[in-house]
Amino acid sequence: MLTLNAIHSYYGQIHALKGVSFTVEKGEIVTLIGSNGAGKTTTLNTISGLIKPRSGEILFEGQRIDNLAPHEIAKRGISQSPEGRKIFGRMTVRENLEMGAFNRKDQAGIRHDLAQILELFPRLRERFNQSGGTLSGGEQQMLAIGRALMSRPRILTLDEPSMGLAPILVAQIFKIICDINQQGTTILLIEQNAQMALSIATRGYVLETGQIVLQGPAKDLLASPQVRKAYLGG
Amino acid sequence: MYLFGRRIDASQIIVWIIGGVLFLLVLIGSISTLLTERYTVKQWLDFIIFGAAQGGIYALIALGYTMVYGVLRLINFAHGEVFMSGAFSAYFLAAALDKAMLLNRYPIPCLLVIAFLSAAVSATVAVCLERIAYRPLRRAPRLVNLITAIGASFFLQYTFRGLYGSGVEVYPDIAILKGDFWGIRKTLLVVCGSALAMLGILYAFIQGTKTGRAIRAISEDLETAALMGVDVDQTIAITFAVGGSTAGIAGVLYALIFSQVNFFMGFVPGMKAFTAAVMGGIGNVPGAALGGFLLGIFEAVGPSLFLDGLGIPAANQLKDVIAFTLLVLILIFRPTGLLGERLAVKRT
Repeated sequence: MLTLNAIHSYYGQIHALKGVSFTVEKGEIVTLIGSNGAGKTTTLNTISGLIKPRSGEILFEGQRIDNLAPHEIAKRGISQSPEGRKIFGRMTVRENLEMGAFNRKDQAGIRHDLAQILELFPRLRERFNQSGGTLSGGEQQMLAIGRALMSRPRILTLDEPSMGLAPILVAQIFKIICDINQQGTTILLIEQNAQMALSIATRGYVLETGQIVLQGPAKDLLASPQVRKAYLGG
Repeated sequence: MYLFGRRIDASQIIVWIIGGVLFLLVLIGSISTLLTERYTVKQWLDFIIFGAAQGGIYALIALGYTMVYGVLRLINFAHGEVFMSGAFSAYFLAAALDKAMLLNRYPIPCLLVIAFLSAAVSATVAVCLERIAYRPLRRAPRLVNLITAIGASFFLQYTFRGLYGSGVEVYPDIAILKGDFWGIRKTLLVVCGSALAMLGILYAFIQGTKTGRAIRAISEDLETAALMGVDVDQTIAITFAVGGSTAGIAGVLYALIFSQVNFFMGFVPGMKAFTAAVMGGIGNVPGAALGGFLLGIFEAVGPSLFLDGLGIPAANQLKDVIAFTLLVLILIFRPTGLLGERLAVKRT
């Protein structure tokens, strides 16, 4: 469904991705793990078009998307819940969710999805007319995921959904990610919390200083001594 | 040094003293003016209404500054010239209609056509400005954009000078706007009313429409807005067009009050409107409107109220001093503007 082929990207002057290749198949949860500065966010931003790759190609459903503008990529069905959540703080929860559906015109479908997202995240219903900036970190994360879902994406990319959240909230968020996947949305999950990410993923890739160093089914990676040593604390 | 348990440094004390002295001067001046009963209540009302009309014009121009700042973090110093181009188009169309004897036969349709054309011309100028001068520099350091803006401002001024000369062109009279209505100059009423209506329409546009929401999203976070599927380039162009057309309307209203145009006329109102935008909190749309009206009224009332009482001769010529002193005071005591967010508190 989504394929990266030998992508080289620069983050400012830094050569952040040095030939990254991976694929995500329909219906999977694929996780990209790695430590801080490995290039995880750069990878996502390259997919969504915020960063243009210097070389390599990105294919989405068989078509090249690496030369498209971010809004065109969003229109094709790649939706991102960005790192640090990036909620529109001066807009209400409702407006934030509506921003997620910016390119949709099917009013009935939008209403249906809105209802479903409020079902998924009851906290957002309580805060519906509050401005996004007043939400707690966990609520903002829910809003970011909900907003990304409002576009009814073909593939949902999540950048560190566990960042800065209490363990109990992290478990809750990951449970919801599984639910979303079971309802048929393909997911690309980027995480520092390798344990959590690998426990729900189908397959995983390990990114180190801009290169994929390890890949395989999530179960194998969880068991691999190399991963255990580097990311799971022994 | 500590005061009331808070640490305060010397420069802050000096600033507060300056502020206090100015405030005292204003107070003494106002009291002595009011005690001597130099002006009648009717005259004060006239000052205020004139100020409100002028302030409405500032507010309309200020919106363009503040919206463009919102989406691009750029002070578009050529915005005063966008306003000037609107006033010029209004003049040419009005003069032509006057010659054809239509202006006073069908005044209201004519005025509407003039307003529409001026808004269109100003919007076009603003959009071209964005396309030619700012978009290629989107990723350049901000100082580069600022200098480009000043260059664009000169370019527009001297283009108009080259085309139409440096003289002052006098606006034709519009009979229907002559005279008073309930003791108030009709022109001022029309200007105030149109400005308020435009501000209302614009506010509804920004709060209530999808495009308005896209503009607000870009103002908060350009990249995330793009991720949501907002076409950033297009929305920025629309922002310029909206800001430009309000400046064009402001140009028409300005020409109604002052009934003359020249190539340099954009500079001072542009500066004042920029001041108003900063006073209200740059990037904040209601703030720009509030700042505009406040500045206009202060300028109109101030010289007679504060300065006459202090025995300053020809106080009226000092109205610009009052306007910019007000700006300095607000920047000292409320650096983020009246309705501005406090950036010192974190911004996510």
